[in-house]
Amino acid sequence: MTTKLFGTKVARVEDQRFLRGQGRYVDDLLTDDPRLLHAAVLRSPHAHARITDIDVSDVLDVEGVLAVWTYDDLVDAMAEPLPLLIPHPTLTHGRTQYALAKDEVNYVGEAIAFVVAVDRYVAEDAVSRIRVDYDYLEPVVGIAAARAADRLVHDDVPGNIGARMEQETGDARAAIADAPHTLTLELDIERSACTPMEGRGTVARWDPDTSRLTVWSSTQTSTGVRGCVAAKLGLDLAKVDVITPDVGGGFGVKINHPWPEELLVPLAAMTLGRPVKFTEDRREHFISSAHERAQVHHVEVGFDDDGRLLGLNVEFWHDHGAYTPYGLIVPIITSTQLLGPYKPLNYRVVFESLYTNTVIVTPYRGAGRPQGCFVMERTMDAIAAYLGKDRTEVRGTNFIQPDEFPYEHGLVFQDGRELTYDSGDYPASLEKLKALVGWDEFEQFRAEMAAQGRRVGIGLACYVEGTGVGPYEGAHVHIETSGKVKVATGLTSQGQGHQTAFAQIVADTLGVRFEDVEITTGDTRKMPYAVGTFASRAAVMSGSAIHLASLRAREKALRIAAEALEASEEDLEINDGVVSVRGTDASIDLGTVAVLSNPLRYAFDEASKAATQFSVGDPGKPPVAEDDEPGLEGKDFYSPERSTFANGMHAVIVETDPDTAEITILKYAVVHDCGHLINPMIVEGQIHGGVAQGVGGALYERMVYDEAGQLLNASFMDFLMPYVTEVPTTIDIDHLETPSPLNPLGIKGAGEAGVIPSAAVFAAAIEDAEGFPITAMPISPSELFALRLEHADHTTEAATITGI
Amino acid sequence: MKPAPFAYLRPTTLEEALTALAGEPGAKVLAGGQSLVPLLSMRLAAPSMLIDINALPDLGHVTCDEAGVRIGALARHAEVLASVEAAASQPLIARALSHVAHPTIRNRGTTVGSLVHADAAAEMPMVLRLLEGSVDVASVRGRRTIPAAELFAGPLESTLAHDEVAVEAFFPALPAGGGIGFEEIARRHGDYALVGVAAVVTIADGDVVGARVGFVSVSDVPVVVDVTDHLDDPAAAALAELDPAEDIHASADYRAHLVKVLTPRVLADAIHHARTRKQA
Repeated sequence: MTTKLFGTKVARVEDQRFLRGQGRYVDDLLTDDPRLLHAAVLRSPHAHARITDIDVSDVLDVEGVLAVWTYDDLVDAMAEPLPLLIPHPTLTHGRTQYALAKDEVNYVGEAIAFVVAVDRYVAEDAVSRIRVDYDYLEPVVGIAAARAADRLVHDDVPGNIGARMEQETGDARAAIADAPHTLTLELDIERSACTPMEGRGTVARWDPDTSRLTVWSSTQTSTGVRGCVAAKLGLDLAKVDVITPDVGGGFGVKINHPWPEELLVPLAAMTLGRPVKFTEDRREHFISSAHERAQVHHVEVGFDDDGRLLGLNVEFWHDHGAYTPYGLIVPIITSTQLLGPYKPLNYRVVFESLYTNTVIVTPYRGAGRPQGCFVMERTMDAIAAYLGKDRTEVRGTNFIQPDEFPYEHGLVFQDGRELTYDSGDYPASLEKLKALVGWDEFEQFRAEMAAQGRRVGIGLACYVEGTGVGPYEGAHVHIETSGKVKVATGLTSQGQGHQTAFAQIVADTLGVRFEDVEITTGDTRKMPYAVGTFASRAAVMSGSAIHLASLRAREKALRIAAEALEASEEDLEINDGVVSVRGTDASIDLGTVAVLSNPLRYAFDEASKAATQFSVGDPGKPPVAEDDEPGLEGKDFYSPERSTFANGMHAVIVETDPDTAEITILKYAVVHDCGHLINPMIVEGQIHGGVAQGVGGALYERMVYDEAGQLLNASFMDFLMPYVTEVPTTIDIDHLETPSPLNPLGIKGAGEAGVIPSAAVFAAAIEDAEGFPITAMPISPSELFALRLEHADHTTEAATITGI
Repeated sequence: MKPAPFAYLRPTTLEEALTALAGEPGAKVLAGGQSLVPLLSMRLAAPSMLIDINALPDLGHVTCDEAGVRIGALARHAEVLASVEAAASQPLIARALSHVAHPTIRNRGTTVGSLVHADAAAEMPMVLRLLEGSVDVASVRGRRTIPAAELFAGPLESTLAHDEVAVEAFFPALPAGGGIGFEEIARRHGDYALVGVAAVVTIADGDVVGARVGFVSVSDVPVVVDVTDHLDDPAAAALAELDPAEDIHASADYRAHLVKVLTPRVLADAIHHARTRKQA
């Protein structure tokens, strides 16, 4: 009997390779090819300027330089702006950059010229010899400057407003006006970024004999890149293959496409007739990929004596940087996912998406949810503090109850579909969290610590995450005559463990050995129809598609096996790759079934003799039936009507040093509900990584722009990604499994879960420790020190009451 | 992030290295490379030549005698940190070195290289200054000893002439009756300190007869303040001579606050160390 693998902690098949340095990333490709060329990019040193002249005459004198491109060298579709990937009716003033800057630059790091040389050293030497004359323009940096609109990023975008969007259910302002209690909050989140270990990278090879272009890219969507490359370079789609090899993390930034280099590298390869590689370096990643998170929020809330939300009115301003290639996805997610597990009776949300002269903004793991969670959870804490109630009690009062699913919010989600939650049990999750973190015992702990002169605080935060957005993913399952199973799905992998989790699904559904399953992702030659890896969608979308495709292959296998075994299909079972008649010795292995599925004229080995024309089939019928096809394969697509909604709750206990204002994590607890777990170890790994990234976002990382639009900390020396020494040594995790009714496996996404509540939960815990409101994140010891001084000046009495 | 072109020389004798250095005004000396190589890669430095001294003989030593610890130009931080004799002779060396970056960097970076890099945010220049050590330098013109008090000219600037190579550093031993303390606050483990404080005290007949405190990251050059006469409020005395600056990680006020928090604490540790230390 094949052991059921779904739901078990199967060790990741990827890890041996990755841990032994045998991963194969874009920069590892074609390194032995002596014809390989290397690219470097001249990037704008100014945040806002008109380009009056570009002089490349000194460049071609550099030995080893083959070519240089500026905007004037681009023609046809390449001379048009890059695509606006996700248009939206309210994005009335969407703007995208050119592959190489045309006439003006709008952020430090914007690509101006593209040099190809024999190696990257020479290419960088050449870049330093390009002379550009600029007319400097005053930059717009930060949300306040964008709103003030004293200066414009784009002359034809009044007020720097790219979009204004409003959604409302009920009448929030009237409900607030009538509410017994009201509060107003101003809440800020700063910029951060994904910063994957591997930056962007593209390699392209043009084969003149077959007129075929192969592109390797560290993207989160190989089909997306393929479509863009074909369109921009004027190639038939069939002439372009895009392959995503091992990718060293994405976290969202690599879903944006095409990057200028993703088009310029193939263009150069075609023009020069030699393979070309671009590997982004770390500084380039900071100043010319994408950031996220910066938003300023104004919240008005009305509530009753129990803390029940009667009306919630949120206005916020989103800094989307210099251009809007990814549309409004991030602020739309904030405005809808802000609601979390709660049901305000009346809700209004309005945002303006603003231009600034800074790096573009595209989704970063969590994608607007961390900001939304911060807003809602800070509001919940403020209500609890105002009413003098326990913070968990106010949350419980506002929870959507288990019997209310599917729960319709009456809003439109990021995929254009209704915001309708499919499953969850928030009261049960909260009980688990309280037990896990020791919520009810905390006051005793606080007292014990206070007796030692130590200051501690506890916080919690809840979120709901729409995962597994459409439109679709597909899978192709091929059982070879060896009995091995080759599976292709089109979305890409950045280290999540797809090979393992997907193989678990195939092994269970087909009844084959896990070791016999091989998964290919992100290769347009194997699966040309796909969307990509983002929004915690891989397990839900490709996992479901793989399950459906496996069912089709199984169905066919049973049909052929039934004929061969002269048995009824209903009496057959498949275990460890062998089809047998239940309760008998009669069996046939799947490899042989595969042989029989493909009527042959020629025998190429011993096994294939069984399928040749004198061995098999009814001579009175066509060898392949009219509605059948040769081969033991299954192909299917999964396209759900709407997203599935995972949820979770985090709690943290922190210690704040009374002297140095340093913030230390004492305990971190997570209760997580992503429906059925395919592989609990992988899910917990995702949570661990997400929490680590969240600790970074809450306590360490930020993008420090000066007034001139220069990013002051564009290196890992000054952008403080936490080390292993800064993240919790243990994270207590408990799971709740409320299966999704929307897909055959009952699963919901888990990829972003760990990072969403970080800003909210740390703000809550620090506030609890210090006794004054925390309204802006991230927070450093220096900032906490400043807040202490401020509140010591103004609220000595209140501070005394809370024991400071 | 690729360096601009440079010539590369890997001499096998000190004379060869010194001659080459004297003949190439744009040359830089490469030892552990933990500061220089990133500067090259970011093209913030573009020397015409790198003179790699890693093949020179007899510069990897960490030796101790009654006077103190002598550290050769090629001794790695990790080797100095691992020296039991050095820790016994002058315990402040190991205390401070354990805060220098991370093990991988300590495995390559050299202590002497860190000294002549003269970064006021680095631990070892301050330690040398506090202990009143010195650096021996060599050039085609001969050798000389630069006392720590004369070594640091400004931010990232030592008083070595261009043709000089630092060959050895000397850290005096902790005398009988002496005690040390060290503490720093950094944003992450191994980062440059927001503020670092070291103290050396001397006890005689149970009384503190000497107390000096050194500071990291609160001035342009390593600063040492004698607080022997200010033991009631050593931080105030120190702040009178310090100029904490704001950067993206900390405000000037916060740095000053950390000086106030750490100075008495480290001084107390040093006094405790002096009183409880086993005398050899």
